[in-house]
Amino acid sequence: MYEKDGEKYFVVDGHVHYWDASPENTSNRYGEGFISCFYDYHKNLSPEEYVWDYDKYRKYSEEDMMHDLFEIGYVDKAIFQSTYLTDFYGKGFNTTERNAILRDKYPDKFILNGSFEPRRGEVGLKEFEDKFNKYNFTGVKLYTAEWHEDSRGWKLDDYWSMKHLEKCMELGIRNVHVHKGPTIWPLNKDAFDVADVDRIASEFPDLNFIVEHVGLPRLEDFCWIGTQEPNVYGGLAVAMPFIHAKPRYFAQIIGELLYWLGEDKILFASDYALWQPKWLVEMFVDFKYPEDAEFDDYAEITPDIKRKVLGLNAAALYDIEVPAEMQAVTADHGTGPVAAEPVSPA
Amino acid sequence: MPSRQAVLDALSGVRDPELDEPITDLDFVSSLEIEDGATTIRLRLPTYFCAPNFAYLMVADAQAAALSVPGVERATVFLDDHYASEEINTGVNEQHGFDGAFPKETEGADLEELRTTFRRKSFVSRQEQLCRTLRAEGHSSEELANMKLEDLPPSDEFEKYLQRRAELGLDVSAEAPLVVDPDGKKVPEEAVVQHLRFAKTVRVSIEGNASLCRGLLSTRYGIPEREERTA
Repeated sequence: MYEKDGEKYFVVDGHVHYWDASPENTSNRYGEGFISCFYDYHKNLSPEEYVWDYDKYRKYSEEDMMHDLFEIGYVDKAIFQSTYLTDFYGKGFNTTERNAILRDKYPDKFILNGSFEPRRGEVGLKEFEDKFNKYNFTGVKLYTAEWHEDSRGWKLDDYWSMKHLEKCMELGIRNVHVHKGPTIWPLNKDAFDVADVDRIASEFPDLNFIVEHVGLPRLEDFCWIGTQEPNVYGGLAVAMPFIHAKPRYFAQIIGELLYWLGEDKILFASDYALWQPKWLVEMFVDFKYPEDAEFDDYAEITPDIKRKVLGLNAAALYDIEVPAEMQAVTADHGTGPVAAEPVSPA
Repeated sequence: MPSRQAVLDALSGVRDPELDEPITDLDFVSSLEIEDGATTIRLRLPTYFCAPNFAYLMVADAQAAALSVPGVERATVFLDDHYASEEINTGVNEQHGFDGAFPKETEGADLEELRTTFRRKSFVSRQEQLCRTLRAEGHSSEELANMKLEDLPPSDEFEKYLQRRAELGLDVSAEAPLVVDPDGKKVPEEAVVQHLRFAKTVRVSIEGNASLCRGLLSTRYGIPEREERTA
């Protein structure tokens, strides 16, 4: 919980990792490149006092994580999003197995999400179900840009992906997080294209699709889909740290999201250990739009809206109990969704 | 021998398709050597994992730009520090094309389609910037809807807009309407506000990406961050 100026905020960190990118676990130049690319993001967008050295960044301890999230980071619940990258890291980068160790040790602190690999077809489906039975995860995190054998990515509406999503329905999994993030690798099989979210959201109206990184660098494509589809949400991982390094840009992103998606569909996330929740929460609670004409288009961000974004929206998706004193007071501030008549996107 | 400046000028016509800015302004050109008629250009990008399709476009465009300078007989372009450097460099310099460079990994839409997608975005974004300026000068959205290109005074912003518009093959004659969609269709008066509101999201997105990339590049190579484009 965070408290400032008499306002209390329940904090759900929607996207955290317990990764291992140590040299011992790194298999090749891609694994080296991946973690060094992450480290550039970390260095470029964190306040100086929060920048770790590279060795610690590659593999941090359980103590680091518990301290940064829960002792000083104001986080009430954190959601593990698993990312395997087994082509790059021998034992995987941030696996359900490894995350489950902490979830089992601190069950009131963590929510565990698993993952599936549709390109393994029938075998994958069976493995997914077995893993679900073993680890009892709540949702899934999908990394459509992940490499697998000769493939450099997949689409949510591929045949075997649909089969796995049907399996999610059957197992009672409702929350599907999809990485649609900063330009990473696949080739012209553009796996960060968000168009497949659009198709799949209509196909599975009972699943919630949380688009991680709000589709950046394609914010406009994501906003368009988020406006049309009631079950599409925006996860702020990677968008959040701009609040420090590029505050005007952050103001534009959050303004656009509130305008197109509305205040009930945006979820806070630190993407720990890319960034730490402490400064993100503090800065977000203090956040105001810059005072110039560019921002006249946007509705004010009230403490209630901040409460929703920081925790209440995720709490609603994950059935997390929120103490009465940290609930929002009023329901809606008239932010999004707005579009009636589709305009032609670029 | 071709001058260094002539080659740099040609390279300033090469844009990052997604960021809509010249690779020279983005500091992506790390070195340029000219010896007799042969130029060697080295490029660098903000992250190791920049999408190789964009990277390929820039490397290929840089080569074509250098070759367009009188006196340049050969142009070799190297992309450094990228996970697919080898494939891209070989693909461009030995003329294999993108699909030839990544035989197992590409399918479907070709690079021209990708280029067109970003040209459309770039056009929409430039239109919004121009209209924003016009509105700040007192023109209402209704007026904008009925303005023709000939009604606008010359400015850099207008020039850029016309250039992006021409790249899409759209009408740039004096009587053509100012506010058109990426297919060249006039946006009706009642739809202009919403059209420009969406266009704003496109602009915010492009500017934000460019800003992020500048930051990452300066972190990666320890160089000072250059001034950003002002909207």
